[in-house]
Amino acid sequence: MTTETLIWLIPLPPLLAFFLIVLFTNRSRGLSHTIAIGAAFLSWLGSMVVFLRAIQTHELGKHPFSASIPWLPLGEGWFSIGVLIDPLGAATLFFVAWTILMIFIYSVGYHNYGQPEGDHDRKGLPPHGATVVDEHGHQHTVPSVEPMYSRFFAFIGLFAFGMYLLVVSDNLLTLFVGWEIMGLCSYLLIGFWYGKPSARAAMIKAFITTRVGDVFMLLGIAYLYSQTGTLNFREILYSQEVLDSLASTPSYIAGLSAAALIGILLFIGTVGKSAQFPLHVWLPDAMEGPTPVSAMIHAATMVSAGVYMVIRIFPLLSAGSHHGALTAPMIVMAIIGAGTALFAATIAVAQNDIKRVLAYSTISQLGYMVAALGIGAYIAAAFHLITHAFFKALLFLGSGSVIHGMEHGVLHTDDHIDPQNMLNMGGLRKKMPITFWTFLIGGFALAGFPLVTAGFWSKDEILADAFGHAHYGVFITLALAALLTAFYTMRQITLTFLGEPRTKAAEHAQETPWTMTLPLVILAVFAVSAGWVGIPEHFPLLGGVVPNWFHEFVGETLLEKPKGVEFNPIPLLTSIVVALGGIYLGWLVYRNVKAGEVDPLEKPLGALYPVLRNKYYFDELYELIFIRPSIWVSEVFTYLWIDRKFIDGILHVVADVSVKVGAFLRNYIDKPVVNGSGDLVADVTKSSGRSMRVIQTGRIQQYMMMALVGFVVLSGIFYYIVQRMGVQ
Amino acid sequence: MQFPILSFIVFTPIVAALIIFLIPEDRKGEVRVAALAASAFALVLSIWVYFAYDVGVGGYQFVEQVSWIPALGISYKVGLDGMNAPLVLLTGVVMFTGVLISWGIDDRPREFFTFLFILATGVFGVFVSLDLFMLFFFYEIAVFPMYLLISIWGWKETREYAAMKLTLYLFVGSVIALVGALAMYFTAGLGTFDMLELERAGFSREFQILWFPFVFIGFGVLGGIFPFHNWSPDGHVAAPTAVSMFHAGVLMKLGAFAALRVGLMLLPEGAKFHMGWIILLTLVNVVYGAFIASVQTDFKYVIGFSSVSHMGLVLMGFATLTREGFIGSGIQMFSHGVMTALFFAVVGMVYDQAHTREIPKLGGFRKVMPMVAIAFIIGGLVSMGMPGFSGFIAEFPIFMGVWKSYPLIAIIAAISIVITASYIIRVVGRVFYGKMPEEFEGHVHDVTVLDKIALLFLSFILIALGVFPGWMVPLVESGVDTILRLLGGA
Repeated sequence: MTTETLIWLIPLPPLLAFFLIVLFTNRSRGLSHTIAIGAAFLSWLGSMVVFLRAIQTHELGKHPFSASIPWLPLGEGWFSIGVLIDPLGAATLFFVAWTILMIFIYSVGYHNYGQPEGDHDRKGLPPHGATVVDEHGHQHTVPSVEPMYSRFFAFIGLFAFGMYLLVVSDNLLTLFVGWEIMGLCSYLLIGFWYGKPSARAAMIKAFITTRVGDVFMLLGIAYLYSQTGTLNFREILYSQEVLDSLASTPSYIAGLSAAALIGILLFIGTVGKSAQFPLHVWLPDAMEGPTPVSAMIHAATMVSAGVYMVIRIFPLLSAGSHHGALTAPMIVMAIIGAGTALFAATIAVAQNDIKRVLAYSTISQLGYMVAALGIGAYIAAAFHLITHAFFKALLFLGSGSVIHGMEHGVLHTDDHIDPQNMLNMGGLRKKMPITFWTFLIGGFALAGFPLVTAGFWSKDEILADAFGHAHYGVFITLALAALLTAFYTMRQITLTFLGEPRTKAAEHAQETPWTMTLPLVILAVFAVSAGWVGIPEHFPLLGGVVPNWFHEFVGETLLEKPKGVEFNPIPLLTSIVVALGGIYLGWLVYRNVKAGEVDPLEKPLGALYPVLRNKYYFDELYELIFIRPSIWVSEVFTYLWIDRKFIDGILHVVADVSVKVGAFLRNYIDKPVVNGSGDLVADVTKSSGRSMRVIQTGRIQQYMMMALVGFVVLSGIFYYIVQRMGVQ
Repeated sequence: MQFPILSFIVFTPIVAALIIFLIPEDRKGEVRVAALAASAFALVLSIWVYFAYDVGVGGYQFVEQVSWIPALGISYKVGLDGMNAPLVLLTGVVMFTGVLISWGIDDRPREFFTFLFILATGVFGVFVSLDLFMLFFFYEIAVFPMYLLISIWGWKETREYAAMKLTLYLFVGSVIALVGALAMYFTAGLGTFDMLELERAGFSREFQILWFPFVFIGFGVLGGIFPFHNWSPDGHVAAPTAVSMFHAGVLMKLGAFAALRVGLMLLPEGAKFHMGWIILLTLVNVVYGAFIASVQTDFKYVIGFSSVSHMGLVLMGFATLTREGFIGSGIQMFSHGVMTALFFAVVGMVYDQAHTREIPKLGGFRKVMPMVAIAFIIGGLVSMGMPGFSGFIAEFPIFMGVWKSYPLIAIIAAISIVITASYIIRVVGRVFYGKMPEEFEGHVHDVTVLDKIALLFLSFILIALGVFPGWMVPLVESGVDTILRLLGGA
């Protein structure tokens, strides 16, 4: 099989699985997850083969794997759709395939496969547990299987299809198709437990917020197409001519080139999808979905897709840049990215829900990547995208495992506490050792623990790039964010796993089954090793021992391979200090939190704490400035005032006047003559429609007569005018 | 002489109407069977003629001409091109599915189907007419039965008001357009109503600028152009299900199509002069309709106002005067027609079971009528412009065209996509998901097989066009070439 054929086939198995499960096997849980995981495995296998062939291909950047077929006839020629795997695509495919397969396997355990059905479980609500009687006659409450088990696998199958489609696309349009499919699936999956009102609200919020970004992206696509007549990556991004002409064409907005405006519009799509400020509000609420969904959406796939897209179109974003000067879209990205990175990190510090901390951390890390791209650190951004996908998927799955273990404790002790609140945990390292160690690895990678973790290498590269190119503002912001990241990560680890259990439920927490821990272990391996492929050449001691393969490989995607920055000890020292300092501080502050105590930071932070805790009141602000006014505009202004009062009002006045005029004419001027059609029209115009009552008697002939009369009258007028004016 | 396929399509419904009218009133079963047979026949013919059209050759095909009133230059002349072929197909589809879901009508089905079919003849006639007089003639045939269908079989609360409002609006609109058409006839001095000849009449620029608004806005009323859109939501709501399907699905296209054929194609200079402000009206349509739809509590009004919004996109595509805009609008007419027919069918099915259309009072219908829920979701995805469904194939070129000429308008119009998504998911969430109210438990049942066939058929078309746009886009493009030639290659 040629590599191109294989690439075409990669997205299909999950799609097929979706249809198979929905149509045929939704009654059998085992069959459904076998099909879904089998499909994910096939896609994974295909991806690995493609990846291996890609890294063996000499100069893949110049000769990527690609193929296309004509699909939509537009303008002069056909719009072709096809597949493309270049170095960036191959690297993305690698991490997407691994994380998706792991998440699929994990879902089996997470949804309690093999457990009894719940006593009172209903579709659309999380399982509440089942009562079983053991051989000694004791009653136990154990976790029960998810009531919509098969449907979950169908949805994630469709989701995986969207992601694979996006990665293998050779053009913006099919990329957008994959993008939208994922948007739809995330809507369905966030609201998977649609019985919970909070989940319903979250699904709507996520969909609408990302849709705002999508609309601008669509405009960007339309603009790009109308400028260049193509949406194919190779024809636009690999062609210096096209890029130059886009960069020199002025756009509708003064001072911006067409390339810049297109870039900004497309970037707004990323702002929505990757939850960047100011469209970040949906992501924390999206935690209402089941945990594997959070990992899918917020680590491996959907949010990464946003960053992947901007990395993909980087040549367009930087078109027209001379000697490393930043273009308008790059400045926008640097500001929004760095700002989001810091802003979200501060919120994460004050969250107590284990998943919400990770959600804000994701927003913050995505901001890192966006900022990196904004300052032109193309490879660093791609590198962080990949390492982050591994360790964040690990952390989300790990947190799911913690919640699962806690739920077990809650059911066992009948102590109804919130199993997601970290203040209710503590001491879980003894109960859940595998989860603990893997979570620790993931957490340290996120914190950027020096040398051994993947997160260190990718984060360090971003900081080194920012410093090396003298973007000190970005450098300082990101360094501060890194400090906070290390702090809240250690806070999370300390509160969850270290110290003593703070509740009875935490005492009875239990390690999760192998289907959940195996993916954790595999992802943990990547959370460490994924960093080794990108160690800079000039790094003290380690540099050059392992070649900087990632830089060489992915760098080829660009027309002009970017140069690595000179080694400088300042950013390196900074990243080591913030990582270790943050970790130490986190441990120091939270190591002694006792049961029932509040967060130790609450007092010293004073008035700032509630602000952070309430996420800077953005939800409330948006409610006030967007949601309420738009309801008012639609309900009161447009519908009631304009539509019903003004337009209909005019109509009714006209009708009324014509009735009155008719009455006047009839009574005072020409009663016998105006008895005909004019009066009829005027009379029935009145909304009361009194004369229409005749119709309900069912005398069809009358209607026919009316139709005929109307027609004859019209023809009569016509004929009269024709006769009068004469035929020339 | 070739086989007069277009005449067969146009006159099948009216002949069927006559036959149905001869069936004794109490034999309702026979009436239904006859109606179904006739509509199936018309559908097959329209599918056949659609695929028999040779895109490579282009232009008007299957042309038939019979002189009618030679003294005035009126002749019966019909033909098919890339713009009207999808609409003929659409009419066939809506007619067939409309009959399927009207199977349960028990109140004088004979008269109902008779009027419905007279209407269908009028609609087919307008789409294929190449003679200006015949176009008006068929137009009136299409409008009159509407009045009767709504006022007799409509929703008791508002049917008289709505029927009258609708008829007056459409009548006034057509009279305004008629004045413009007569002006053209006399000024051209060719003594013919043949539109192909009038295209070459060489009207002066001043003449075109003067009369274009009459014709375009006059027909635009039926296309639901702001601020003359108000008849349409009221009309949709009051009409019985099949009539709503026809009304929103096909009749509104009649307005848009006639505005294109008579306004734009005969008075291209006028179009170029006036489109700058007309596009603002259509922008209001698009955004305003979506806003209003988002706050309606009556299920049917939501769909009614969404039609106003989507038809605004059709007219907006025309108003861009770009190739992309025309292509998008051509497809949008078809896509929206099928989609809205699907929507109204679903609303009708829910109403038949629940006897209310108040969205807050509904809920949980997915459980009892899963297929209806899925069909509605498919329609919803089309309406949001989701890629992979026909709505995207239509709206993407429209936005591209708008962006080319008026980027700011494109941005504002794009707001409607977000609002559309919000009201569609609100309806899906409230009506089909959520908790079913107590009083419906056990009283609400699944729809009939015929209903399911209709839904399946409509959904299939929407997906087929979204995934394989190749069977419609080149055809519409060939029609657009003709328009662009008239516009002077603009």
